Amino acid sequence: MIPRHARAIALSLLPVISLPAGAAPSGWRQLNLPVGVTSISRDAYDLHMLAIYVCILIGIAVFGAMIYAMINFRKSKGAVADRTLTHSTKAEVIWTAIPAFILIFLAWQTVPALIHIEDTRDSDMTIRITGYQWKWHYEYMGEGVSFYSALGERSNTARQRNAALRPAEVDHYLLEVDEVLVLPVGAKIRYLISANDVIHAWWVPELGIKRDAIPGFINEGWFRIDQPGTYRGQCAELCGKDHGFMPIVVEALPPEEFAAWLAARRPAAQAALASSQP
Amino acid sequence: MSDTTHHGPPTGIRRWLFTTNHKDIGTLYLVFSLVMLFVGGAMAMIIRLELFQPGLQFVNPEFFNQMTTLHALVMVFGMIMPAFAGFANWMVPLMIGAPDMALPRLNNFSFWILPFAALMLVSTLFMPGGGPASGWTLYPPLVLQTGDAFPFVIFSVHLLGISSILAAINIIVTIMNMRTPDMPLLKMPLFVWTWLITAYLLILVMPVLAGAVTMLFTDQFFGTSFFQAAGGGDPVLFQHIFWFFGHPEVYIIILPSFGIISQIIPTFSRKPLFGHDSMVYATASIAFLSCIVWAHHMFTVGMPLAGQLYFMLSTMLIAIPTGVKIFNWTATMWRGSLSFETPMLFAIAFLFLFTFGGFSGVMMALTPADIQYHDSYFIVAHFHYVLVPGAMFAAIAGVYYWLPKWTGHMYDERLGKIHFWLSAISVNLTFFPQHFVGLAGMPRRIPDYALQFADLNAFMSIGGFLFGLSQLLFLWGVVRCMRGIGDKATDRVWEGAQGLEWEVPSPAPYHTFDTPPVVK
Amino acid sequence: MSAHRSLINKLLLACVAMFAFGFALVPLYDVFCDITGINGKTDKVAAAAPDRIDRGREVTVEFLATHDPAVAVNFAPETARLRLNPGDLQTVSFVVENRTGEPIVTTAVPSVSPGEAARHFMKIECFCFQEQPLAPGERKAMPVQFYVDPELPARFKNLTLSYRLYRSVGQSASR
Ligand SMILES: [Cu+2]
Repeated sequence: MIPRHARAIALSLLPVISLPAGAAPSGWRQLNLPVGVTSISRDAYDLHMLAIYVCILIGIAVFGAMIYAMINFRKSKGAVADRTLTHSTKAEVIWTAIPAFILIFLAWQTVPALIHIEDTRDSDMTIRITGYQWKWHYEYMGEGVSFYSALGERSNTARQRNAALRPAEVDHYLLEVDEVLVLPVGAKIRYLISANDVIHAWWVPELGIKRDAIPGFINEGWFRIDQPGTYRGQCAELCGKDHGFMPIVVEALPPEEFAAWLAARRPAAQAALASSQP
Repeated sequence: MSDTTHHGPPTGIRRWLFTTNHKDIGTLYLVFSLVMLFVGGAMAMIIRLELFQPGLQFVNPEFFNQMTTLHALVMVFGMIMPAFAGFANWMVPLMIGAPDMALPRLNNFSFWILPFAALMLVSTLFMPGGGPASGWTLYPPLVLQTGDAFPFVIFSVHLLGISSILAAINIIVTIMNMRTPDMPLLKMPLFVWTWLITAYLLILVMPVLAGAVTMLFTDQFFGTSFFQAAGGGDPVLFQHIFWFFGHPEVYIIILPSFGIISQIIPTFSRKPLFGHDSMVYATASIAFLSCIVWAHHMFTVGMPLAGQLYFMLSTMLIAIPTGVKIFNWTATMWRGSLSFETPMLFAIAFLFLFTFGGFSGVMMALTPADIQYHDSYFIVAHFHYVLVPGAMFAAIAGVYYWLPKWTGHMYDERLGKIHFWLSAISVNLTFFPQHFVGLAGMPRRIPDYALQFADLNAFMSIGGFLFGLSQLLFLWGVVRCMRGIGDKATDRVWEGAQGLEWEVPSPAPYHTFDTPPVVK
Repeated sequence: MSAHRSLINKLLLACVAMFAFGFALVPLYDVFCDITGINGKTDKVAAAAPDRIDRGREVTVEFLATHDPAVAVNFAPETARLRLNPGDLQTVSFVVENRTGEPIVTTAVPSVSPGEAARHFMKIECFCFQEQPLAPGERKAMPVQFYVDPELPARFKNLTLSYRLYRSVGQSASR
């Protein structure tokens, strides 16, 4: 535990601003923001790393000056206070201006990402996400497919006090659901989000999406998943007693597999399935 | 006149119940704050105990949520704000050469509201349905699901707010009207300055909080629909009003800390504060900016692009005056003659760790990244860095710094240093890993977590327990001085101490500055 | 002492003013929402008729309907989506059915997404302008007549109009 944490600090000092996803050592990736699988999550990651490096540079300068002062101006080493050093317009202008420039630089870097996030045009499909106390509801708009997605049964058993099943025995404890949200890779997916009772927030770190679900109102956003895989997240806005127990699981499939999955879930296919199994 | 003013304090409980003496009331505030530190701390220990391992071992999720909510409310309104009110009561009259606060009876009243409000708040835990469990932000509609405790929560927030407002009025009137004649505003010590600005902020935003919780109350009981979509209201409106109060509130907590640090660093550098006037202007601009940045707490609710840009830029602006302060403190140490007694150690830890908390603050201003950070443990790490090794360390530094003046006895330097090192190490063990679990995807306010967070949570819990236990040393050190154990303090106490408060004997007599002193 | 008094009065006045300001934020917020489209709120009063049709482009409008769990109704749009030109006046209906054996009064709260497009969503006639009483078991179609403002910025191509039906507040309070 301590070495991992020490390694994280050491790695954070490496000047690798846009570290490619595959190259990042796995230990560090588990302790850092995920690069993720959408352009939105990558934008967030890049800004995050940029901000970290800027902060490290400022930190070296500021903490360096403090440490230098603490070492060199000690009374015990015979330092005598220079009581005339109480003001310097030049220094004060410098240390007002430099941070201002750095901040303008940082703010400027966020603008393209901000515009990108808001661009919900030309989506390929729309899903509707609704937060409930304490589960999610998903609807594939215009497809007649919808379902609830709640905490998986094994996690739900293990999370009880004095449960016989231990959390360590559950795969993806608290991050598994009974019905996963299946989505296609490569499609621009627009989501409409709302809530049924109180405010929730739909957060999947690897998609770079966190959006509040507000009862009575709808919000929207989009993402495009680049790689097939399973991505897990959780409700991020305190929503009552089981706030910690309403996870999100997204399974991204190649388009053909997704189409097959969706076809099987359509009402007609479900009805046929029901009638063939009396 | 002189006969009545030079008598000693009455004895027994009546002294404390009816006192109008600023030193007594300051002591009351500080003792109350110390008690609340351990109440809120006990709640934090319950939180860390439950989070020690994955799975639920000790408490139910409902109770866990009540703990996170009350821990925050108790620490903010019961511990840190009263602590600074205590410092203001004790030190502002001594620093400006006033015989007492301007409104002594109001002063008594504004203190005695506090214990009742706090008692009511904590008693909600034992009501049917339990205490508030919606987080200290009290967001509707969730907060409207609170049980029988709901009206008591609202009422105690009102009382805490009234207490703060009355204290703020008293402090402003004292500072504006009671200064010794040869102390113009710009010659006031920085602690006085920061409190003056804080008091104005309090008057600006506490009534807004009172309005917000009043609206919650009428929504619940009188059929209004401020925050209910059904009647044409909007839950997001509450968030705007709350954060209009909530963000300045952060600075209400941190500005007096800045003031204390600005007194301590010059003393132990044996050098006047660098850039005194620019410190004042920086404080004022921080206070102003704090009122126009509130929606950076709400980037995930959905906001127009222009709004996101505005709140991002204005938030970043705060870093500039804050940076000026950090640089000025560093410049104060520059070419000084530094010694490292306990108050200075805490002040230096403040300097490093508050700056560190500021860094994560700048990161969070970047909207696209904040969408990932929001409501994760990264945020928890950030605000604990600015509030614990930030505000709370400043308060501890202030206690060690002025305790000899208050009690007439030096604290035990060795005990103080042990307390410092244990606190400074364990505070980082507790809060530093929270950045990482947050970035890795752990949401805040959850009683149980996925297994990949288990190692670091166990680590943080151990750090947290150590931090909690270390504060018992602080308690012991303070009680020792209060009971008169320890070396007699000199009047000046610290070699480099400057200011009127060091011109009076130690302990400071019950009545000081009956005639206005001369500022040297 | 009088110096104290006048300063205290000013500070108390400031407190009262700030308390009032908290309440003033309610209407201010509505204005702010109107301008910026937070939460996709639309006007509660009828808009003027369109003055032109922009044949040069089409916008897709989707319709959604949900209801509060506390009100037992079926509530759904008759049309799931429409493609139309900005400025083109259209009417769609939402069907509501009272599933209870008692009369109820409902209120519908509209929300348009994306929020920034909400002020370009113009409703001439809407069932959300008034409360809607429903007899026991009654089923009715409730129309909304609307157009999309030709001034809608080109970056918006998909709009969503969502209604959430509540039992009206006066009624739930009187129960
Ligand atoms: Cu939730």
